[in-house]
Amino acid sequence: MKKDNILKKLANKAYEFGFVSKIKTEIIEQGLNEDIIRLISKKKNEPEWLLEFRLESYRYWQTLEMPEWAHLSIPPIDYQAISYYADPLKKNKENKNKEIDPELMKTFEKLGIPLEERLALSGTAVDAVMDSVSVKTTFKEELREKGIIFCSMSEAVQEYPDLVRKHLGSVVNYRDNFFAALNSAVFSDGSFVYIPKGVRCPMELSTYFRINAANTGQFERTLIVADDDSYVSYLEGCTAPMRDENQLHAAIVEIVVNDNAEVKYSTVQNWYPGDAEGKGGVYNFVTKRGDCRGRGSKLSWTQVETGSAITWKYPSCILRGDNSQGEFYSVALTNNYQQADTGTKMIHLGKNTRSTIISKGISAGKSQNSYRGLVRVSKNADGARNYSQCDSLLLGSECGAHTFPYMDIHNNSAVIEHEATTSKISEEQLFYCNQRGIGTEEAIGLIVNGYAKEVLNKLPMEFAIEAQKLLSVSLEGAVG
Amino acid sequence: MENLLEIKNLHATIDGKEILKGINLTVKAGEVHAIMGPNGSGKSTLSNVLVGHPAYTVTEGEIIYKGKNLLELAPEDRSHEGLFLSFQYPVEIPGVSITNFMRAAVNAKRQYQGQEPMNATEFLKMMREKRAMVNLDSKLANRSVNEGFSGGEKKRNEIFQMAMLEPTLSILDETDSGLDIDALRIVAEGVNKLKRDDTSSIVITHYQRLLDYIKPDIVHILYNGRIVKTAGPELVMELEERGYDWIKNEN
Amino acid sequence: MACGEEYIDLFEKNRELIDEPCTPCLNREREKAFALFKKKGFPGKKEENWLHADVAKKFATDYGIDLGRKTRISSVKSGFTCDVPNLKTYRGYVVNDSFVNPGKQNRELPEGVILDSLNSFGEQHPEIIEKHYNRLAGKGDSIVQFNTTFVQDGIVLYIPKNTVIEETIQIVALLQTNIELLANRRMLIIMEDNSQASLLLCDHSATEKSSLSTEVVEVFLGCGASLDLYELEETAESNTRLSNLYVSQEAGSRFNHCNITLTNGFTRNYIEVSLEGEGAETNINGLAIGDKSQHIDNRTLIDHKVGHCTSNELYKYVLDDESTAVFAGKMLIRTNAQQTVSQQTNRNLCLTSCARMYAQPQLEIYADDVKCSHGSTVGQLDENTLFYMQQRGIPADEARHLLMYAFAGEVIENIKLEPLKERLHILVEKRFRGELNHCKACNLCKQ
Repeated sequence: MKKDNILKKLANKAYEFGFVSKIKTEIIEQGLNEDIIRLISKKKNEPEWLLEFRLESYRYWQTLEMPEWAHLSIPPIDYQAISYYADPLKKNKENKNKEIDPELMKTFEKLGIPLEERLALSGTAVDAVMDSVSVKTTFKEELREKGIIFCSMSEAVQEYPDLVRKHLGSVVNYRDNFFAALNSAVFSDGSFVYIPKGVRCPMELSTYFRINAANTGQFERTLIVADDDSYVSYLEGCTAPMRDENQLHAAIVEIVVNDNAEVKYSTVQNWYPGDAEGKGGVYNFVTKRGDCRGRGSKLSWTQVETGSAITWKYPSCILRGDNSQGEFYSVALTNNYQQADTGTKMIHLGKNTRSTIISKGISAGKSQNSYRGLVRVSKNADGARNYSQCDSLLLGSECGAHTFPYMDIHNNSAVIEHEATTSKISEEQLFYCNQRGIGTEEAIGLIVNGYAKEVLNKLPMEFAIEAQKLLSVSLEGAVG
Repeated sequence: MENLLEIKNLHATIDGKEILKGINLTVKAGEVHAIMGPNGSGKSTLSNVLVGHPAYTVTEGEIIYKGKNLLELAPEDRSHEGLFLSFQYPVEIPGVSITNFMRAAVNAKRQYQGQEPMNATEFLKMMREKRAMVNLDSKLANRSVNEGFSGGEKKRNEIFQMAMLEPTLSILDETDSGLDIDALRIVAEGVNKLKRDDTSSIVITHYQRLLDYIKPDIVHILYNGRIVKTAGPELVMELEERGYDWIKNEN
Repeated sequence: MACGEEYIDLFEKNRELIDEPCTPCLNREREKAFALFKKKGFPGKKEENWLHADVAKKFATDYGIDLGRKTRISSVKSGFTCDVPNLKTYRGYVVNDSFVNPGKQNRELPEGVILDSLNSFGEQHPEIIEKHYNRLAGKGDSIVQFNTTFVQDGIVLYIPKNTVIEETIQIVALLQTNIELLANRRMLIIMEDNSQASLLLCDHSATEKSSLSTEVVEVFLGCGASLDLYELEETAESNTRLSNLYVSQEAGSRFNHCNITLTNGFTRNYIEVSLEGEGAETNINGLAIGDKSQHIDNRTLIDHKVGHCTSNELYKYVLDDESTAVFAGKMLIRTNAQQTVSQQTNRNLCLTSCARMYAQPQLEIYADDVKCSHGSTVGQLDENTLFYMQQRGIPADEARHLLMYAFAGEVIENIKLEPLKERLHILVEKRFRGELNHCKACNLCKQ
């Protein structure tokens, strides 16, 4: 048994969700300018204020340059070679409503996301987004009875313009960063969630994102508003076909958490990571942020990141309300030539705010995996507490694992702790498993899942099982 | 009785250094062998070579186990064939609970034998029974393999795993090291309960005290990479009285 | 080029004057360094390594630089007695930017050991200086290039093969001036295979005028060489210290560093250790105690280039009043550096709500068979412990001092020179009690 070989033989594993669906899709011409933005806005029949929002964002974006501070090497991106709108729903002239192509239904079924409510996973409502458009949202009516709004962003703009206008961009300003400005200019669809006062959302809400069309970017926008004393658990999953060229995904997620409300946001990100030679794959440049405005509010991010060629993502919590809490649990696995620079920001503004960061990086192949996180305690944030733990696991000697925590403490009553370790799967551990009859590949899967357990435990049950499989599968071929 | 294990003229090296210099040993079904010897004589090397530890290289000789060439089998297949090593230093596997670990091991063996995986209820029942057999605290079963265990708990966990996997030939490598007398007794009782007429054991130890509880049929003395003396259980007493020096002097 | 223009101008106008007293090697390196400095100027506030510190502003004062080498201080020995009781040292002095020959001392350095000025050493051993001078610092940032551009002299400590120096060598650096002064200091330490030494660098100030010192120290440790380097800063609030220490370690060498920052106004210490040979070991310790508007910025890089090396780092800060501090420690484990054991610990106490701490402990790891960890905390004294002590009759203030003292003690305990350790215990305690406005043992300060 030569372990070196075992670990070198990473890759060769087929990406399970790499198929392309033959769906008639309306794609607008490539390129980005004010006319394109007007066109997108018009196709979506948007009010004037939203068009203005887009144009302002676009003008600001033009003044910016791609950020370079991350531990990533990003090839130049030609923003004019991307199509910013792709609609897989064909227009039916007699019926004003768009109808769903049966092929499209099949696609989602193949992905394990049934759009028919009778087939649904128990207790989960789904908003399915393909390319630029929300395809279908299930269980809308049941949720409506409780006053919960769960629909696509486009629909929300039409149906609940005041709610959208009040909150859109209130957490992630279009001036926040390069990709936020880009998204604000061209965002197409996404989910909108509103949980009214005192309501506990009875089922998991979930959005499933799929990029299908070639040479398109996906720029979805999600907005979740949890009013006082409410609770919601929200899940997000994503896949894309295998294509040789890179695809751009630049999303924004904004979450508003009011007094004593709680939001759990879980992501299983499995965009196409590129092939074993590093060709193709999704660039995942995402801005996710929650504003814990209310007293005693709580926001918890859980992410399992196994896909994407390049990941640039820092789900953050602004702990504005007194006694508010932020959590970040992350497993980021990189293999082959994948690169990830991911982590979180915990901004403590209110008194007695608490945050917890548990990050587990797993690097294999020739990949680079970085944790980057900021904990800031402002002058008035008396009694702030933070605990951060960032572990790295290395499989093989050609990958890299990096930890870049930033602590910016401006209040003497803060207690901030950061710990980080790096380890590898030892030969002794593998041999011990072998001696008990467990093959090397299975042993690595077992150990990796054990290593990530603290984070996987935070996911809702069905997702946790999926994520476990995904971790093992993503390392398949890592062992042979 | 048929030969379960036959070691012929076994030479093995680690990092280019020869440790085993021609071992000959035959274990018949049902026998308990003790291998004793001073530190550095090659006891642990022998047990590691038997289970196929990759750090060791066999340079000469052969090992026949159940009529098969053992040296051709992968470590996990040796395990499936019923070879079990109770490690001198059991390895910690953070985050992997004993339950999950054992489920993976038991099902891998069943797959090797062409059986269906065990269902959860059946498996948990088996866990409970075997746990009781070695007095393993039920709380330990939910903890990560060997992580934060005391020396005694680690060794008891080894015997528990032995009970789960029901080996044909078990090798106990210095299982007594680091145990107080109570822990030693519990571990030894576990081993004795697991003993069947057709299963064999090789007990590797420096001291006689474990052999007060696990009675060997045959005792070997390993010194400088060779078995220099083989006799009945009376050899244990002789070693206890005279120490190892006379062995060293004779060789 | 917006910043640094006046210095570029100053250099171009005085080039011959600057070159005049210097050994050729200094002038050659100066040429390269100036080109680099001219291109980049002072670091901007937005540069990652200079966040939180507007260093260009520090150079805006109209400082004098003694380019004509006019200052001569002959009687430094009699005037300056700032020593460590019971520590017998072989002593050398630096006044502003010049090495002052200590003259005859009642102890001798072992044969072959040279402690001399850069220029004098350069005349006698041009081949040694060529091989080492600016070899490590050459890649440094523009502050290092600034130093290389303007530096006119410095110290060399050369220790030949297999030479063990039992006694500690002490270099006392002193700022003495009646005008605002900028001093560029330089030090070169060359230790050949299996040599051993302990070196104490004391940094003092005997002026109320504002001053700025840039310092570049390059250390070469041959195979099996061992150096204990202690840096003790006791200067004044009006001083800006910009120090860069580069260490290169061959196989099996050992480097112990302890860096104490007490009273300096604006401090920036950059430490870079390259582990070039297998089995090298490095231990880096730091203690910084800040109050008023002190700014203390320590940045370290431990570069594991080969396998089987060990590094340990411990940095502790106590921040009072409006002081601000930065700790940015990076451990870089390169692909070949298998079997590295590396640990970094950073602990910070903030005593007031105006003190500000930025901590960036960083791991950058490209090898898989390594054991690396870092930990960083920011916090206050534990209230329960304080209460417990009060319950036993210890007044709150006293209890606080005891705990702060204990907090700092962990760093001091790593010092191997007993007399220095004792003195530091006293210094730190006084510092905590605010009794350390001046260095009491020093005659010059009393004047």
